[in-house]
Amino acid sequence: MRRALKITSLIAAAGFVLTACSPAAPEAETKTLKVVYQKTDSFTALDTLFQSAKQEFEAANQGVTVALEPIQANDDDYGTKLALAVRSPSTAPDVFYEDTFKVRSDVDAGYLLKLDSHLEGWKDWDTFDDGAKAAGLGDDGGTYAVPLGTDTRAIWYNKKVLAAAGVSVPWEPRTWQDILDTARKIKASDPTVVPFNMYAGKATGEGTVMQSFYELLYGTESELYDADAKKWVVGAPGFTDSLAFLKTLYDEKLAVSPAEALDANVWKKVFGEWLPQGKMGATVEGSYTPSFWQKGGSYEWAEYGQDMGVTAFPTQNGQAPGGVSMSGGWTLAVGAETKNPDLAFEFLATALNQKNSLAFNIASSQIAVRKDVAADAGYQAANPFVKDVSELVAVTHYRPATADYPRISAAVQEATEAVITGAKSPEQAAADYDTAVKGIVGEAKTVAE
Amino acid sequence: MAVSLRRDRSGHRRRHSGLRRQARLIPVLPAVVLLLVFLAGPVLWAFHASFTNAALTGRNARSPGWIGFDNYARLLSDPMLPLSLGLTVLFVGGSAILGQNLLGLTLAVLMRRARRTVAAVVGTAVVAAWVLPEIVAAFAAYAYFSRDGTLNQLLGGLGLGQTDWLYSFPMVAILLANIWRGTAFSMLVYRAALNDIPGEVTEAALMDGARGWQRLAFITIPMIRGSIATNLMLITLQTLAVFTLIWVMTAGGPANASTTLPVLAYLEAFKFGDIGYGTAVASVLILIGVVFGAAYVRLLRESKP
Repeated sequence: MRRALKITSLIAAAGFVLTACSPAAPEAETKTLKVVYQKTDSFTALDTLFQSAKQEFEAANQGVTVALEPIQANDDDYGTKLALAVRSPSTAPDVFYEDTFKVRSDVDAGYLLKLDSHLEGWKDWDTFDDGAKAAGLGDDGGTYAVPLGTDTRAIWYNKKVLAAAGVSVPWEPRTWQDILDTARKIKASDPTVVPFNMYAGKATGEGTVMQSFYELLYGTESELYDADAKKWVVGAPGFTDSLAFLKTLYDEKLAVSPAEALDANVWKKVFGEWLPQGKMGATVEGSYTPSFWQKGGSYEWAEYGQDMGVTAFPTQNGQAPGGVSMSGGWTLAVGAETKNPDLAFEFLATALNQKNSLAFNIASSQIAVRKDVAADAGYQAANPFVKDVSELVAVTHYRPATADYPRISAAVQEATEAVITGAKSPEQAAADYDTAVKGIVGEAKTVAE
Repeated sequence: MAVSLRRDRSGHRRRHSGLRRQARLIPVLPAVVLLLVFLAGPVLWAFHASFTNAALTGRNARSPGWIGFDNYARLLSDPMLPLSLGLTVLFVGGSAILGQNLLGLTLAVLMRRARRTVAAVVGTAVVAAWVLPEIVAAFAAYAYFSRDGTLNQLLGGLGLGQTDWLYSFPMVAILLANIWRGTAFSMLVYRAALNDIPGEVTEAALMDGARGWQRLAFITIPMIRGSIATNLMLITLQTLAVFTLIWVMTAGGPANASTTLPVLAYLEAFKFGDIGYGTAVASVLILIGVVFGAAYVRLLRESKP
């Protein structure tokens, strides 16, 4: 009898504990939005944006919690971690920071929610620049992501270094030869200075192609991708020429040493040491460059406005349009598996409203994609170069953001690495690139120039 | 365990022995289940994935398709495979089978003769590298070999030229780093094995006039054959799988000059998003491990009289 009582009480106790573990009643439920984005020691503007959007959004939506989950990683690793997270519904974020060139392949993979029906009811959408809107399009013509800002690329040069070598500033190179001539002049006057840096190799990832190789390639008569035929170009003479130019820069020690170029952190030295300390003549970098030097940036440099100059990257032989730039940029997207699509979009809209966009565009030196931000006096005066880099939109190019692009980009990076390390000649590296491209997309999707 | 086995053999409770044997498996069951779920599971998944075109993004991420042996066919014609295989063999052979193994044995033999304090200091220094978590050891090795690192500062202090080790000799740097990190394991195994050699045997050899190296070659090493085989198997398998050390030090570069199979598998699966192809590389790695494992197990069996 006592034993039976004991057992009964045990069962009752177990039952009590188990009920305590079961989910709470529905009325007490709070909804949580998971937001995933990138944050590094030198890129905190986005974190600031989301902190502010979280406050605003939670105040307006009682009972909804925004869980911010920054990923501390470089662009490549961020992309990998994000892709792994969105693969499984249990880890997929509701709203996330997405590189424009991955939008199409991630739409193909079914990771992004189609936003068309939400955008219809969002009056702010009309203030977005039409060119920028295209960055969020999937192959089916629907919009899957909303741009935060865009960027352009240009030559950033240290006026003092150039002047010391007897180069007249403002410097405006018209051809590749002009760059080499100036670089050799700087080298001759002070051999300890790195005259003209351009990234190469796999360590700098997309930086290698966006801030170096494509400026060269798109300034030749060749191209990477035939957008009309939807085919990848192989056997392009411009491809070999571009590799040869990099080889000249590195062989004549006009750029950093190959060993330094293959360090993934080389860009930190460019921004943090070489340019501010007058140890580098010029580099090719993005319009976001001032964000590192302005007040609150990771490498504050009060005199950058006077000491630095910016100019367009020239075409190979000075042919029209006389300059080359590349544009990328990042977007915000909503996860396809989100349980609260309306709330997720509302959060995205809050993060991208005029006030938050303005603060973010200024803090990260992005080129605004909202017309009301672009017209803002505070934005135009954010740094001395806003006008110069914004004008480059006229000569800019976008990456062919197809699903195959990341592998093609890796093949290009590999070609540059082989050339600057001396492992292959430009002709050989270009031929190996052609083979790699045929292997990636199939021979039928390539076109010989 | 041994006690109950003897009891079984003695004939007691033979009727229950079948049942008892099964009951005895019960405590092992959780461990077996855990191994199946967390070890065999991923291995089988990797084999399965290597026959598909599973990807991290793009159309194949949504609906991976069965493509049979395509990944393996592609791998066989990939110029990276021979390079990567060769580097893996160099890495395992140079840093584990030769480096860690021989250095560990030498240290263990010398430490038996060394004074207690010397042995203690050397032992602590060697084991310290092994105690470090892999990522910490990898950063320490990177800091040592990098351009502005300790090694170059030492060489500079001696007036010798500076070399960019991780760029000019990536494999040398990685081999040395792995020897530094892993020698402690071999040293500990051999110290334990040497302690098991009865003093009389060595003494007898001494009486017969065997010199130092003769005692080592004809007495000590044959007597610890079993430990040598076990140690070789363990360090080979450990070294085959080394990823963090290489990734932190060179990330497989420059120009793929240090891309061993684990690095290649990671690059293909996560950098290029081709999970199917990456797992095919990983499967090849598993097969190599199985071959080595089987070879050593045979060696172990033969070494027992």
